Amino acid sequence: MNAPAVAAPQPAPPPRALWQTLLDSRFTPPVFITLILLVGNFSFGILESYQKTLLAIATSIAGEMILGRIFLRKWPHPASAYITGISVGILLRSPAYWTYALCAALSITSKYALRFRGRHIWNPSNFGICAMLFLASDAVAGLSIQWGNNFASLVVIWVLGSLILWRARRFHITAVYLVSFIALSVLRAHITGDPWQAEVSPITGPMYQLFIFFMITDPKTTVRSRTGQCVVAFAIALVEFFMRLDSSIYAPLYALFWVGPAALFIEMALDTRRKRAASSTAVLNPATGGSY
Amino acid sequence: MKRISLARVVLTIVFAGMLATPALMRRFGPQGHQPAAVHTDCQTALSRYGFCFEEVSKQAGVDFVHEAPTLDPKLNRIMPEVASMGASVSIVDYDRDGWPDIYVTNSRTGSMNHLYRNNHDGTFTDVAPQLDIADVNRPGTGVSMGAVWGDYDNDGYDDLFLIKWGKPELFHNDQGKGFTRVTDQAGLPPWINANTAVWLDYDGDGKLDLFVGGYYPEDVNLWHLKNTRMMPDSFEYAKNGGRKYLFHNLGNGRFEEVSAKAGIVSRRWALACAAADLAGTGYPDLFVANDYGVSELYINDHGHFHEAGADTGVGFAPKSGMNAAFGDIFNQGKFSIYVSNISEEGVLIQGNNLWVPEDRSGLHYQNMARDLGVELGGWSFGAQFGDFNNDGNLDLFLENGYISASRNRSYWYDFSKVAGGNSSIISDASHWPAFDGRSLSGYQQKKVWVNDGAGKFEDVAQAVGVTDRHDGRSVALADLWNTGALDAVVANQSGPLLIYKDVVAPDRDWIEFDLEGTRSNRSAIGASVTLFWNGREQVQSVSGGNGFASEDDRRLHFGLGQDPQIQKAVIRWPSGLVQTLNTLAPNRLYPVKEPQ
Repeated sequence: MNAPAVAAPQPAPPPRALWQTLLDSRFTPPVFITLILLVGNFSFGILESYQKTLLAIATSIAGEMILGRIFLRKWPHPASAYITGISVGILLRSPAYWTYALCAALSITSKYALRFRGRHIWNPSNFGICAMLFLASDAVAGLSIQWGNNFASLVVIWVLGSLILWRARRFHITAVYLVSFIALSVLRAHITGDPWQAEVSPITGPMYQLFIFFMITDPKTTVRSRTGQCVVAFAIALVEFFMRLDSSIYAPLYALFWVGPAALFIEMALDTRRKRAASSTAVLNPATGGSY
Repeated sequence: MKRISLARVVLTIVFAGMLATPALMRRFGPQGHQPAAVHTDCQTALSRYGFCFEEVSKQAGVDFVHEAPTLDPKLNRIMPEVASMGASVSIVDYDRDGWPDIYVTNSRTGSMNHLYRNNHDGTFTDVAPQLDIADVNRPGTGVSMGAVWGDYDNDGYDDLFLIKWGKPELFHNDQGKGFTRVTDQAGLPPWINANTAVWLDYDGDGKLDLFVGGYYPEDVNLWHLKNTRMMPDSFEYAKNGGRKYLFHNLGNGRFEEVSAKAGIVSRRWALACAAADLAGTGYPDLFVANDYGVSELYINDHGHFHEAGADTGVGFAPKSGMNAAFGDIFNQGKFSIYVSNISEEGVLIQGNNLWVPEDRSGLHYQNMARDLGVELGGWSFGAQFGDFNNDGNLDLFLENGYISASRNRSYWYDFSKVAGGNSSIISDASHWPAFDGRSLSGYQQKKVWVNDGAGKFEDVAQAVGVTDRHDGRSVALADLWNTGALDAVVANQSGPLLIYKDVVAPDRDWIEFDLEGTRSNRSAIGASVTLFWNGREQVQSVSGGNGFASEDDRRLHFGLGQDPQIQKAVIRWPSGLVQTLNTLAPNRLYPVKEPQ
């Protein structure tokens, strides 16, 4: 009998400071989006009302807890639902309360109802908001006219957001989208004859701050490879480009709505093909370790 | 496993139910009542709603068509947007003959304003040229945006303050026989780009003062721009608009500007204002509806104002305020406030605000527009409360429609593209895409919301004959023909002046009051009448300007319903005097002079 292997004693990890906890990758996005919300609201009063935003957040977290418990048999971490709720609270504009609750509920429920091969395929808040814009256009609008953002606050949010994304190794997604958007804006201005400032204008607005920092970088609904992520970011910008030429007001949201799931399907199809190829190789060459 | 499968089935059903919810809300929700869309004949409308409107401008001899301003060519790309205001209407009995007259503004340089004198026979005659208040849009002086009337020197005849993008003008009414320009003697500033003003006696000294709300900054000459950076720096938080003015009446034909001293300091983009004693102090409070931002409510503490918009609930959510009208819609002796905003399906749903005073200590309001069904009115402008069917409940007439050009090409995409951007882009007109003949919330259906007295308003505009699709701006109410019915006069941007004659079912009674101050200002502006009948109570106040760029007739009209028993009318004069009238009969106009 061999003596059991004994691991060398490891030093106990040092206690984590609060700032370290906050920089935990799961907490960073919620902290950041809360910061945007607070700065925006105290600077400009951006929220329709505190109650509506709180309703969206509460509905979102409650939905996540209930559905997670039922379908995943565990209590999910609330960070994702919190971001969804807060995104709904900021991005949706409506005088009615029910729209906020419904949008948040739709967003979270879509994660569990619309799944393919174990993955949810839409960014939750993107799905919820697009669904509301499609189905309840008489009662809601997106965040299209909003925030008297001065340039300094804009720069602060962009720098901070970029640093956080850099740390999370997802900045390339935002960077590719940003460069693509600006390049395509100039092309669009050339085509439409409108001032280039008008074409670039949307990206200086608050909707894009949420869109590029939270929606297109969502780890759960983006493809895995770095190159693939860059291709998808460009594809979103490209689809948005054509939608904008067609005067679609919510072009970025709709572009993500269509491109995001399509990219995931393509990735899954490629994965399947790779697995099949690997299986056939294994059959032909058992020495590679494949099962027979 | 089975449990999960069952749960998944339930989840799918719930999810489908959620997706169907908007359709269900449309059908059964608070806004679920479809407007009475079919235009019916007057008799049908009378039997259904107790009234109908007949558009009679042609029969009345009124053929006025508003002309929009043409500003600096640097603004050509977005001229339809920048030049989208100026049509206004106000009611005045300028010659004190007991018949309301109509004053309308024009806005093309060189165009004429009109004063339609009531001929007592259903027709009107333009007398502005002979009275010297027509040619007021001369080159270099700016153009008219509105007019408010008030007897600033207490001589018994209402004088005219002309609201302009340009040189504001004050005209003294020479006993109804003519007008004398007294702007320079009055000490008014050389240039204000304003869209709203209201006469009020803010300090209770018996002399009418004047509030003017600037829109564009006063150093901007829209015909000779130094540069194109004259747009708002935000579409919801702009504070780079025109300054506010409070002209204190010194009593010798001169006015002193005291806004800062009186506590009114703001550079929001004011579009509408109204004054009434909302806080119950005996002094008129001032409500200002701002475009590109929150509304402001200036509470008057014995002649000094403090801004209480946020504290009272009306100044929290920024929208595009374009109207300020007061109405006691619940017959509880308290004014609600109606503020119009923008709603465009799928693009921007601000919703109009109906600020209803809450039943608690301190002045606080709750927005009940959605609950009562008066929230969605398109790109809304002027609105006025009035009892059109004489049933004892105040109804609501709303004008809307921003720019009607191409019927199938919209500017909304370009508008939202720029309006959501950074201030450096928004605020420069040269960054905006060209309008190029497109519409922006054009050809909209007007709203005539009938108050059922039980907490719901129903839109009956199409059914009662308000079927025009012009770009409505200003609406003013008056019993033009002394019939006991409240007619509506509508000023349309680049469109005709419309006169909607109110025809009311004959079994509905009414009463009217024509107040004249003695210790108070002679126009009795700020006086309120609370009428008690059949166990009901309704308060109305004499206004020196309300709605959007308009002023209703100063005579107060109350509908009474059928077989009314009038208990009393309590008049609160601006002087503080409270007068009670006990023996009142319906279907009469009561001239009331303030007791000395």
